[in-house]
Amino acid sequence: MSTAAALLAVDGLTKSYGGVHAVRGVSFTLAAGEILALIGPNGAGKSTCFDMLNGQRKPDRGRVQLLGKDITGQPPRRVWRLGVGRTFQITATFPTMTVRENVQVALVSHANQIFNLWRSTPDFQRDAADRLLALVGVEGYAERPCGELAYGDLKRLELAIALANEPKLLLMDEPTAGMAPRDRIELMRLTARIAREQSIGVLFTEHDMDVVFEHADRILVLNRGTLIAEGSPEQVRRDPQVRAIYLGEGLVYDARHQEGAGA
Amino acid sequence: MSFYVVQFLSGLASAAALFLVASGLSIIFGVTRIVNFAHGAFYMLGAYVAFSLTERLSGTLGFWGGIVLAAVVVALIGVLVEMLLLRRIYRSPELFQLLATFGLTLMVEDLAVLIWGPDDLLGRRAPGLRGAFDFFGQAIPTYDVLLMVLGPVVLGALWLLFHRTRWGVLVRAATQDRDMVAALGVNQKWLFTSVFALGVFLAALGGALQIPRDAVNHTMDLRIIVDVFVVVVIGGLGSITGAFVAAVLVSELNAFGILIFPKISIILVFLVMAAVLIVRPWGLFGKPEAAARQTPGLAVQPWRPLSTQARLAFIGVLVLAAALPLLGSNYALIVGAEIAIFVIFAVSLHFMMSVGGMASFGHAAYFGLGAYGVAFLAKLAGLPMIACLLLGPLLGLFGAIIFGWFSVQLSGVYFAMLTLAFAQIVWSIAFQWVDVTGGDNGILGVWPAALVATPARFYWLSLAITALSVVVLRVLVFSPFGYALRATRDSGLRSEAVGINSKRIQWTAFVIAGTFAALAGALFAYLKGSVFPDNAGIALSVDSLVMVLLGGVETVSGAVVGAIVYKALSIWLVSYTELSKLVMGGVIVLLVVMFPKGIVGTFDSLIESGKLSFLKRGSSRATQTEGAE
Repeated sequence: MSTAAALLAVDGLTKSYGGVHAVRGVSFTLAAGEILALIGPNGAGKSTCFDMLNGQRKPDRGRVQLLGKDITGQPPRRVWRLGVGRTFQITATFPTMTVRENVQVALVSHANQIFNLWRSTPDFQRDAADRLLALVGVEGYAERPCGELAYGDLKRLELAIALANEPKLLLMDEPTAGMAPRDRIELMRLTARIAREQSIGVLFTEHDMDVVFEHADRILVLNRGTLIAEGSPEQVRRDPQVRAIYLGEGLVYDARHQEGAGA
Repeated sequence: MSFYVVQFLSGLASAAALFLVASGLSIIFGVTRIVNFAHGAFYMLGAYVAFSLTERLSGTLGFWGGIVLAAVVVALIGVLVEMLLLRRIYRSPELFQLLATFGLTLMVEDLAVLIWGPDDLLGRRAPGLRGAFDFFGQAIPTYDVLLMVLGPVVLGALWLLFHRTRWGVLVRAATQDRDMVAALGVNQKWLFTSVFALGVFLAALGGALQIPRDAVNHTMDLRIIVDVFVVVVIGGLGSITGAFVAAVLVSELNAFGILIFPKISIILVFLVMAAVLIVRPWGLFGKPEAAARQTPGLAVQPWRPLSTQARLAFIGVLVLAAALPLLGSNYALIVGAEIAIFVIFAVSLHFMMSVGGMASFGHAAYFGLGAYGVAFLAKLAGLPMIACLLLGPLLGLFGAIIFGWFSVQLSGVYFAMLTLAFAQIVWSIAFQWVDVTGGDNGILGVWPAALVATPARFYWLSLAITALSVVVLRVLVFSPFGYALRATRDSGLRSEAVGINSKRIQWTAFVIAGTFAALAGALFAYLKGSVFPDNAGIALSVDSLVMVLLGGVETVSGAVVGAIVYKALSIWLVSYTELSKLVMGGVIVLLVVMFPKGIVGTFDSLIESGKLSFLKRGSSRATQTEGAE
């Protein structure tokens, strides 16, 4: 990856909680239009790493640059204004609003109209909101209370909200967690299509390896806070260290596995 | 020098009672997550019961037995309260819990007056401890020495209880994660009941121990509860050590504040509290509050702007209201104006509470500031009414800018307690700064201009300003700002992630709400022709909460309906019964337990569930979220 074109450049990111080193010196880059997956077993530091990218947590050391601009430790709202959309592992939406209004709030914010005391929000950029809803395929629910949506649709709505500020970078923390298998594949295909069409860089964490290997251009593997592998899906699939982590290098697991295979 | 030492020791003695009550409150909060407003009432009951018992039982044993027995009796009353009332509201939003326990406080106050009479009661001195030590020429009452020792002893006993008994381990476990404790098969019900009993016992003991030092009366409850809130906010809710340290700190501040800064002695404590909260928002020994739970059971329909029919209906009601002077007596017009003013007050609170999710327990502060603002301008500066009405509310605006900045740093119960404390500052200043505010005598002779001096004209003025305020606040609810505010309430995480500066939004909303409350206060000053410290009192703050609650927290127009019904009801009650607090307290408790959705909310659910479907057919958009007004 050429660093000149880097949309996101992360350098030596480090975070500890007390004595636990959650993330240790993670560095990588992400180009515009590239889909990058961050994988690793539970407790590898994926979420911590993620939260440091958009300012949810402050890193102890290291730097995060967006298009060459240092955004380390900036609060999430600033990072968003620079063109970073975010979805959460457990969806965060506005349950007392309709589906369309959820998107309209993001549009209002994007238009710097938050302190507007006069206009009517339900009429604010209605068409733009509906376009975003149609893009993610929930246009049929525009008038429904957001609290009523099924979880898969909430995930889609979150994507629509994240796209409202025409982001250059999407950060998606386990975008398909808690979804039915078919919905997972649909949502990721949709995300990949939008990212390619609009040349948005996507960084996502994921446990579902089907999703990861189908869509990622490149994969980062994190274990115990350290990056242990990086490369194309094919390279990562063959990496002995990665195989050890995912298939188990521990003797107990291995033994049981063989036992099971034998029986 | 010795004088200061004695002053210090006297502060330590006062700390004992404060610590007993505050630790009880902290223990109860730790396990049940309820901030028990009624804790002051239990403290007061402890004092009253101890008074009665020690009058009847004789001798040293009789006195001390009476004290302990009083605490036990009150703890048993606490058990009853827990089983009958609190068990029904453990899963309710914290605002409802605060309100229900406040309603209880009101009822206890009236009951205490019924049983023990309205006058101060002087209790017996402790037998054998009537004397005083001589400390370099200064006298220290022997009883104070006992109290000084008692604080650390109780702290130690509680530590042993929580660390050396099975029950204590369960309590500590429940404090950390009560769902997990329940999942492990512990009987939650009795754990909660026993914890509540212990907390109430401590409060009642604190009250009972006061009788040799202080007269017993029916205002003890609110006096102590405000101090206790300050103590637990400084020390950290849920921490007993914190309660002890903060109780000593607050008592010493009171003891020395009066010597060093006599003018600001009352607010000194609040200044310290504000300072602590900036550095450690959850108190010296507290832990950050877990993320607020979603309020269950209050299914929310998205709010919609009024339909054309509903707008016409609103105008129709307004025209009808404007026609009141043709029919009503002068008394009706004065009542009407008062109701109108309270509509502004309630709607302003609704804006920050329902739209912004900030349940203020001190909204009267801004009402009071607006009233005093007008009084200062009219009496001291001699400005005409129109100028006073426009400029007077600015005092509320400034107050809201300062207090709001601190308050929005916190959320949930901490926010409620901090706003309450700020309101007490305003009340204290109004009460204590006699030279300027006239103290308890208030400022009299704030009369409206001749143009609106008749009841009918003043009524029209109030109605017009009210209608305008309601419309403006409604527009705000549906404006981008209103949505951003609601976004911060719905999901802080998401709103920050779409570029919304939550704190600044909430602060702005706080200031807007405070300014409208001040406008209501300004009108109220002209309606009554006078201004008193009670215009910023706790009772008025709670009135505003009840109005919003009565109408329905989760509705847009509930505050209007709630204010009209509540104010009419309370004016009627005061003229028909001596026991208005008892009835009002009962109404609040019933409301929280039986109709948490309020009038408009209940009405909406009936329509939604199809029970009033005939209303839905005609104007579905209008009735979907609220009634005509």
